[in-house]
Amino acid sequence: MIELDKVAYSYGGGELLTDISLSLQPGSFHFLTGPSGAGKTTFLRLMYGDLQATAGQVRIAGHDTRSMTRDQIAMARRHVGVVPQDTQFLDHLRVADNIALPLMVSGRDAGDAQTNLDQLIGWVGLTGQANQRPPELSGGERQRAALARAVIMSPDVILADEPTGNVDWEMSQRLLKLLIELNKMGKTIMIATHDLALIRAAKAHVQARVLRISNRRLQLAGADL
Amino acid sequence: MGDPQADRVVPPSGYTAQLTVFTAGAMAFLAVFALALSVSTGRLADRWAAELAQSLTIRISAPAAQLEAQTQATLAVLQTTPGIADARPLSDEEQRALLAPWFGADLPIDRLPIPQLIDVTEDGSGLDIAGLRLRLQAEAPGAVVDDHARWRAPLVSAAGRLRSLGWLSLALITAATAGMITLAAGAALAANRQVIHVLRQVGAKDGYIAQAFVRRFTLRAITGAAGGAALGMLAVAVLPSTDAAGGFLTDLGFRGLGWLVPATIPALAGVVAFLATRAAATRTLRSLS
Repeated sequence: MIELDKVAYSYGGGELLTDISLSLQPGSFHFLTGPSGAGKTTFLRLMYGDLQATAGQVRIAGHDTRSMTRDQIAMARRHVGVVPQDTQFLDHLRVADNIALPLMVSGRDAGDAQTNLDQLIGWVGLTGQANQRPPELSGGERQRAALARAVIMSPDVILADEPTGNVDWEMSQRLLKLLIELNKMGKTIMIATHDLALIRAAKAHVQARVLRISNRRLQLAGADL
Repeated sequence: MGDPQADRVVPPSGYTAQLTVFTAGAMAFLAVFALALSVSTGRLADRWAAELAQSLTIRISAPAAQLEAQTQATLAVLQTTPGIADARPLSDEEQRALLAPWFGADLPIDRLPIPQLIDVTEDGSGLDIAGLRLRLQAEAPGAVVDDHARWRAPLVSAAGRLRSLGWLSLALITAATAGMITLAAGAALAANRQVIHVLRQVGAKDGYIAQAFVRRFTLRAITGAAGGAALGMLAVAVLPSTDAAGGFLTDLGFRGLGWLVPATIPALAGVVAFLATRAAATRTLRSLS
């Protein structure tokens, strides 16, 4: 679904990422780790076409993102669920409407998908918050709402950027459990995190590949994890 | 117009909303008056041209002893001239009234060598002015034909220019409306960068995002313009009528089906807002790429 071939990314005259190649196999589970500022968020943004590689190719469903129009990238994003680090919502809409936003912008009738929407909201444990506005949610609730929004279109790939960064351990385990459930449904998962305890906890339940960004390059992490 | 669902993704409040409604309303109010000016001056120019073109004046300047004879000779010529519906010598009272503004009401007209004026009305079938002048030259040498062309032309020209000014004002109002709405839409788009970011992140095409803003601003412009146009039409409707006060300014307004013309202003404002917002949205979204 998503392939990176000798990808490099430069910003402000400096090279942030270099010579990165990766192919996400369907149904696989990946962790992306590395120190703060290593380029994890940039890496994920390259993967869903939010940034363009300065060298090499990023292919989504076989299409080079640099040759894709904005509309084609928008269409491709409907197959890639993103849980961003800074979970942003449309604050004037209800939580349920925010979760249904991908349906709305793709022209699908949220009314027809109401049952699925209700089930999804229940699955992430936000039934009681469905009619609230996003600013009323706690950090963990915002992360779960973002996860629900990311998966409502039933994407093939889910990219989560520090999904447990602002939540307590219990909530991070709850989020991890949801992501593992999605993986067991056949979804490809990639989680960017610097939380090694989360990675260890996940490896007890799922076969995960751990990648590390170090010195601008992508490496397979060692057995110390 | 557009997807009503798309409208929901734009936050409903903000000063740009009130600015757009107010701008469209104020501009529509002014547009009604500019339109009234154009329509009224056009009507006035046509009326002046038609009325003055259908009449002429003959002035007979002759010694007192010959004045009556030349007047009768002139009337006889006029009676046998094709294209003339009526010819009537002005009475002493009428001539005194004409001169009163300059010499006062007590002018002893019978003791002064005042020319005799004859008011001639054409029947519209076509009058040979040159032929008439030649015949009068032979029959009444003191008769001079004034077909009003000399002072009719600048009047008609002035009315025409007023009409042009009215249309120019309308064009400027339209351009100013487009400019203000473009600024308001640009400000709204800039203030909603986060909304645009979220929408793109969940797979919204730029066309969808632009449509949401375009729809919002177009509806606001139509709403504001409808209010402004209604107030403008009301203000024009309550202006004093010509019959009551006379004069050009009191004739400012619309007649009959002419009232439908200012009623189209809200639709025009909608078109202007649609184009202005779409241009602003396209430009902003491109800059945020």
